[in-house]
Amino acid sequence: MWASRAQGLSGFWYWITQPEAVAALELTVAVSALVALTNAVFGTVLAWVLVRDDFRGKNVVNAIIDLPFALPTIVAGLLVLALYGPESPVHVHVAFTRTAIYLVLLFVTLPFVVRTAQPVLHELDTQMEEAARSLGAHERTVFTRIILPNILPGILSGVAMAFARAVGEIGSITLISGNRPFQTEVASVWILNQSQSGNGTGAAAVAVLLLAISFLLLLTIGGLRRLATRHERA
Amino acid sequence: MRKYGPRSIALGYLLIVLVGPLAMIFWRIEAEGVGKAWSALTEADTIHAFKVTLILAAIAVPLNTIFGVVCALAIVRRPFPGKGLVNAFVDLPLALSPVVVGLSLFLLYGRTGWFGPWFTGHGIQILFALPAMVLATVFVSVPFVAREVVPTLRELGDEQEQAARTLGASGWQTFWRITLPSIRWAIIYGVVLTTARCLGEYGAVAVVSGSISGRTETATLRVQDYYENLNQAGAYGISLALAGIALVVLVVMTLLKPQEAAA
Repeated sequence: MWASRAQGLSGFWYWITQPEAVAALELTVAVSALVALTNAVFGTVLAWVLVRDDFRGKNVVNAIIDLPFALPTIVAGLLVLALYGPESPVHVHVAFTRTAIYLVLLFVTLPFVVRTAQPVLHELDTQMEEAARSLGAHERTVFTRIILPNILPGILSGVAMAFARAVGEIGSITLISGNRPFQTEVASVWILNQSQSGNGTGAAAVAVLLLAISFLLLLTIGGLRRLATRHERA
Repeated sequence: MRKYGPRSIALGYLLIVLVGPLAMIFWRIEAEGVGKAWSALTEADTIHAFKVTLILAAIAVPLNTIFGVVCALAIVRRPFPGKGLVNAFVDLPLALSPVVVGLSLFLLYGRTGWFGPWFTGHGIQILFALPAMVLATVFVSVPFVAREVVPTLRELGDEQEQAARTLGASGWQTFWRITLPSIRWAIIYGVVLTTARCLGEYGAVAVVSGSISGRTETATLRVQDYYENLNQAGAYGISLALAGIALVVLVVMTLLKPQEAAA
């Protein structure tokens, strides 16, 4: 990692301000933020359904959630490409676009929010909700005032993990994005390309930025975990 | 109506994002031809790629299992200065891009790196060979065992261990007869996750391996190789094999979960 210092701070600055690198970093952060947001909503709904709802095959659905952790990411990329690529049976052809990157990242980050929100929701005492309802609160009020504040730290730590994963992801993206500079090239792919064409310094400069993002997110997640367990410790 | 709303949203989302793509694997293999996929799977280079993947997993999994248990014991049972830092570093591979991991190794063992010249001078090849690939795989799969064992150890408390010690058990005896049996499900669960990660690793290995067919190509790199050489049947064939392994992993995980909760 210290190789980025080989050309000093000016070298570092030179490489991270290269238009292609900047474009790749911007795309990475923007797509990852969108992915994290989508996960916050749908991950919570999924966790909700898995805890509070009951239907046949729920166990199977619950087990399937973990699949992205078990499946090699490059296989995930290939499969999303098969469904939403040039030979799509549903005639949705988004391969080699930013939409494709978004879709495949949704696949690989699916479990994070579900798995952090689920246990918190499970532990949540329904007495609080019943009390609110008996006092005449609407369902929406119960959700926003009682349920959400309780499960928010759990959701957020899942969101941060999904964001971190999305920023660093490469295996699933490499096949589906087409890796066109300024269009669909994400930061991790940029790093891989630079290191393979012998530009270790440039690759290291952008890698240091990703490393910094990872550290920040880890600190955030650590803080959120403490927040999430503050009731238990008190 | 209120009840079915969230359910259909959740299941619809799952179908679009996860289950839909998954179903494609059979559809595509059918379309490309089962025979072609099979012949790609039995090609010498593909078999070699699976061997390389298995070797990497066979080295990384036991190493990280031992490291993970020791680490978890150190973090939970023996408070020491810098504990928080160790805890954070164990989690780092989860938040860090595998490409960054691969690149660090690439620069460290490259021609101008800290360790590169020494190894080259002694005729040992690290980059574009098995050693670098092992290092990359070990690095990215570090957290899983420790992360599973730490919460279990915390919940367990150390009363039983203290009791064993007051009855005259040595440190080893306490570990083997008291601690290990209580955390074994957590360890197994961690091992399953570690194995899945090792078999599926792509980014870190892609940087350091050079992807030489029949030599340093892993199963996941082979998928890319086939795909880029327009052998789609081959790519889907290997994917099916890898997905089969993932399914086994998933079943084991599901079976272990209640056990873990009960422990």
